[in-house]
Amino acid sequence: MLTAFVTLIGVAIVIFCLLRIVPGDPVAMMISPSATPADIAALRARYGLDLGLFQQFVIWFKAVTAGDFGASISLRRDVVELIGERLPATLELAFAALVFGVLAGGTIAVITTLLRRTPLEAVFEFLNGLFLAVPDFVWALALVLVLGVAFPVLPLSGRLDPASAPAFVTPFYLLESLVRLDFATFSDLVAHMVMPVLALGLPLAAIVARILKESLLEAMGQDYVLLARLKGMSPLRLVLQEALRNAVGPTLTLTGVQFTFMIGGTVIIERIFAYPGLGNMAIDAVINRDLPLIQGIVLIFGALFILINIATDALAVLLDPRQAHG
Amino acid sequence: MTSPLLSIKALSAVSTREAHQPVLRAVSLDLRPGEVHGLVGESGAGKSTIAKAVLGILPRTVKVTGGSVRFEERDLLTLPPRALRDIMGREITLIPQDPQTALNPSRRIEGQLTDGLRLRLGLSAAAARARALALLEEVQIRDPERVLASYPHQLSGGMRQRILIAAAFAPGPKLVVADEPTTALDVTVQKEILRLIRRMQRAHDTAVIFVTHDLGVVAKICDSVTLLYAGKVIEAGTTAAMLERPAHPYTRALIAAGPRYDRPEASLTPVPDAIFRQLRQDIEQTERA
Repeated sequence: MLTAFVTLIGVAIVIFCLLRIVPGDPVAMMISPSATPADIAALRARYGLDLGLFQQFVIWFKAVTAGDFGASISLRRDVVELIGERLPATLELAFAALVFGVLAGGTIAVITTLLRRTPLEAVFEFLNGLFLAVPDFVWALALVLVLGVAFPVLPLSGRLDPASAPAFVTPFYLLESLVRLDFATFSDLVAHMVMPVLALGLPLAAIVARILKESLLEAMGQDYVLLARLKGMSPLRLVLQEALRNAVGPTLTLTGVQFTFMIGGTVIIERIFAYPGLGNMAIDAVINRDLPLIQGIVLIFGALFILINIATDALAVLLDPRQAHG
Repeated sequence: MTSPLLSIKALSAVSTREAHQPVLRAVSLDLRPGEVHGLVGESGAGKSTIAKAVLGILPRTVKVTGGSVRFEERDLLTLPPRALRDIMGREITLIPQDPQTALNPSRRIEGQLTDGLRLRLGLSAAAARARALALLEEVQIRDPERVLASYPHQLSGGMRQRILIAAAFAPGPKLVVADEPTTALDVTVQKEILRLIRRMQRAHDTAVIFVTHDLGVVAKICDSVTLLYAGKVIEAGTTAAMLERPAHPYTRALIAAGPRYDRPEASLTPVPDAIFRQLRQDIEQTERA
């Protein structure tokens, strides 16, 4: 836990300094061409940009520890409020992609393990290699061309159809529509999510399939699998009951790491699909040199990465009886 | 004389990996019901290959080139996979070498011990559990309830091997293949395990093929022995006869190479090179003939 806090403080310092090193002036984005130097100076003073770097950091950091991330310069709204609106959209997208990637990759790994030493194994291996080589944004563009333009079966952009959107109480639209049993809205949300989820999840699926299959093959060579086979266990049950749980360790660790990469990937994917998440807002914030908003978003991303790491470690302990029961 | 339970006739096999190097050269042996037969030899002698042929789990790199493995008049080498599956794990079972890797680390003992009973004997969960408890008591495990609820890492190597022995005898097999079951254990535990296998085998009237490289182990547990070198049977017969009146120089040299606590200065003599040369010459001659 302590290291988590130290890491977050490090993230805060680095992002704060970086943003002040890179060219671009938030004030220049705000003023009209007719502004006088006095106006500009007044504006700088108002946002504290006339103070020294260290002083600025102390002011910001104190506020952040109190839960106040300041106000967005470009949107003129509270940063915490903005993140609170956008983060759930990104979380729903990322978790959907995570579930899809792990389930799809896991299924492929089990199938290729069952097909080992058959000609079909080579086919799966070839396809797996191909999928490993294609990054998320290429999937996004290909999906847009195929499912959005050539065969327009899926909505191209947004989170849901604004015309039919009900009044939501929470920002977790997908969960809320499910809890309310509002299946029309739920399926509309899902339809909007299919392409971004595929774009984010397919690369993860490819990695999970590759790593899990390696571990499954290793586990299948163990004596306990041989004994279970002699007992007359079916090949599928051998893989699922005997091998899988002993094989998930490396995949779990890797999925944790890949999930953090994927959350980074939401930035570009949300942009491509005009999905109203945190990543999309981050790009606008960078374009507008909206320092408080960028800092807030980056800190939230940093906290997410740390949480994912903690969750991965906890899950690894739960799955391994040697760690769980001493 | 009863008819043999298992009869291996002129079994020959080659390794497809090493330029068709023979791994078994016309091996024959008979095993009567209830007999404990030792397969002895150094590593690479072919003893494990024979065990695997009996269990129907020969690796893909070994190709049988001739002979038969008859189990109660059924040739295990030509039996369709389905019929073979019905025999394995039910009529023929395995006690594996290494108790560390032979139990699934992420499953409790109960499931590992009962799923064979449920799959093979069609027992209900409750009946399989009762049977598992009885088996654990039979292999002298104290507090079997606790052991059933344990994971393998919570048990000692000797305990795990006892569990594996219980599992091997669980379905009431006619033949148990013990693949160096004491090699991975401490010497003190080894002795107990040997005694346990002997007792279980007598109580259930089960035949055992005992694979080992240790003549001392053979002397303790086996009724009869087949000694192998480079895939060829060097000498075979009853344990008493072979250990007391070894016919082949290699057998004599092996006995001399073992430890002797009564005469330490005379023991641990390495097998002379001349004997290995002789062995290789003999094998080459029979190959050419």
